[in-house]
Amino acid sequence: MLLSEKNAMTEEIEELCSNYGSYRESLLPILNDIQLRFGYVSEFAQQEIARVLDIHPVEVYGVVTFYSFLSPKRLGKYIIRLCRTISCDMAEKSSIARVLERELGIRFGETTSDMKFSLEYTNCLGMCDESPAMLINEQVFTKLTPHRVAEIIRKYK
Amino acid sequence: MPIINNKELFPTDYNDRILIEALKKTPQDIIYEIRESGLKGRGGAGFPTGTKWNLASAAVAEKKFVVCNADEGEPGTFKDRVLLTDYLPMVIDGITLGGRAIGAQKGYIYLRGEYRYMLGRLENYIAQMISENRLGNNILGTGFDFTIEIRLGAGAYICGEESALIESMEGHRGEARNRPPFPVNRGYFCYPTIVNNVETFASVAVIISKGADWFKSFGTSKSPGKKLLSVSGDCRKPGVYEVPFGINVKELLKLVDARKTKAVQIGGASGYCLPRSQFDRTISFEDASTGGSVIIFNQTRDMLSVLKNFQEFFVEESCGQCTPCRVGNKKLLDGVEKIEQGECSISYIRELMDLGRSMQMASKCGLGQSAPNSFISIVTHFENEIFSSR
Repeated sequence: MLLSEKNAMTEEIEELCSNYGSYRESLLPILNDIQLRFGYVSEFAQQEIARVLDIHPVEVYGVVTFYSFLSPKRLGKYIIRLCRTISCDMAEKSSIARVLERELGIRFGETTSDMKFSLEYTNCLGMCDESPAMLINEQVFTKLTPHRVAEIIRKYK
Repeated sequence: MPIINNKELFPTDYNDRILIEALKKTPQDIIYEIRESGLKGRGGAGFPTGTKWNLASAAVAEKKFVVCNADEGEPGTFKDRVLLTDYLPMVIDGITLGGRAIGAQKGYIYLRGEYRYMLGRLENYIAQMISENRLGNNILGTGFDFTIEIRLGAGAYICGEESALIESMEGHRGEARNRPPFPVNRGYFCYPTIVNNVETFASVAVIISKGADWFKSFGTSKSPGKKLLSVSGDCRKPGVYEVPFGINVKELLKLVDARKTKAVQIGGASGYCLPRSQFDRTISFEDASTGGSVIIFNQTRDMLSVLKNFQEFFVEESCGQCTPCRVGNKKLLDGVEKIEQGECSISYIRELMDLGRSMQMASKCGLGQSAPNSFISIVTHFENEIFSSR
């Protein structure tokens, strides 16, 4: 990480802390914002958050690794999360999964080499009546068909 | 998509004038009305809401909190999504009345990370409520101060458990606490806290406006009122249905136009699977109890792959702090995979059923205690199907 990037990260974190307050209960809101803005919570960011909140870095690491929407590893700009829970599974989720893998040229759990897309499975999105469903970052897409998925991916590319 | 049928409990023309009338009542009157109505928690556990509020109201503390549990993670549940989208004024009024009832000044909505797309709308609505003085200081001139803040989760099923939710709000890993002490005595930052489901709060708003007797005119004696069911799976009309407690599974299947149904999963992955022979059972706390999830399987479905899906879910979502749940779920999944490969003996299945019963007894929180339910019910009712082809 470049020094200028580190400084920018520190600034960002300090600003978030002054917005939310430097308390332990601000940890999850801060992490959510960092994740959204940078696509992951780097080791450096974890240490800086720990410093500003005056807690041990391992506490931050413990929280980052607990929640499935927070990642200590760099992910793509667009994180695609396909629901794999029962109603979506029964609604031909696997054919959607194959289309995603083919369109992006990666498998689930991987990120494209241009760091644009990451592909993951997720548990129930609460869209069971409009299954199959997926999230791209926070936006939700429902009633997917192979054709529609290809269209959506094309727009994001 | 709004609620599909009979909008008596959740009317589309909800009158938000009820808040000012309701806030003129004393906290005791609000709690009395809720207790009289017999309202039970709509998240699935079914604890009487009036009793919970009464305990929190009686607790002596300098601060108290109200938390609305919008961490709707149970597979097959989406009624809270519909309430937060189309019936938000009822939910917010219900939370405010909860604050009034127990003497809290601060409420939180814990919104699951998957519903982040709703965040902007919810925040705008709350800002609008504050500008109309329906939230904030001295609400509508009644002398009651109350604000609501939204907290966003980050993708963890376990955070729907109330003590894990509180841990998460405090900035920790969402690991369940030992209970007792219960949140009504020691909750958010050890202050008395009520944690209720979105639908519970919405129901409160209606009960306060229409009265406990009206509410009790629906449902059964042990499960008064109506319930929202999130119906998905093999049916022509999936969606959220408002039904009175006591409706049986057969009637429900007709309502949602499900054909050639083999089994119905009541209560999501942590619930029970009912075979055809039990379709006369009723949806109620005393019989087939559910937090709202109803998943329908038709005759083409392989029940073992259904079970595998549920079991993978629990292995993924177990928080890992207690052994019965962390290891037990993995063992059950291994068992399912063995059956799949045709390598599982009937006697080993019996051992796994015993393991499931141990998990029900020994797990620390509701997740581990209810995780083996689907394993036990599917293996019990579909043993022949599961083994005949393997």
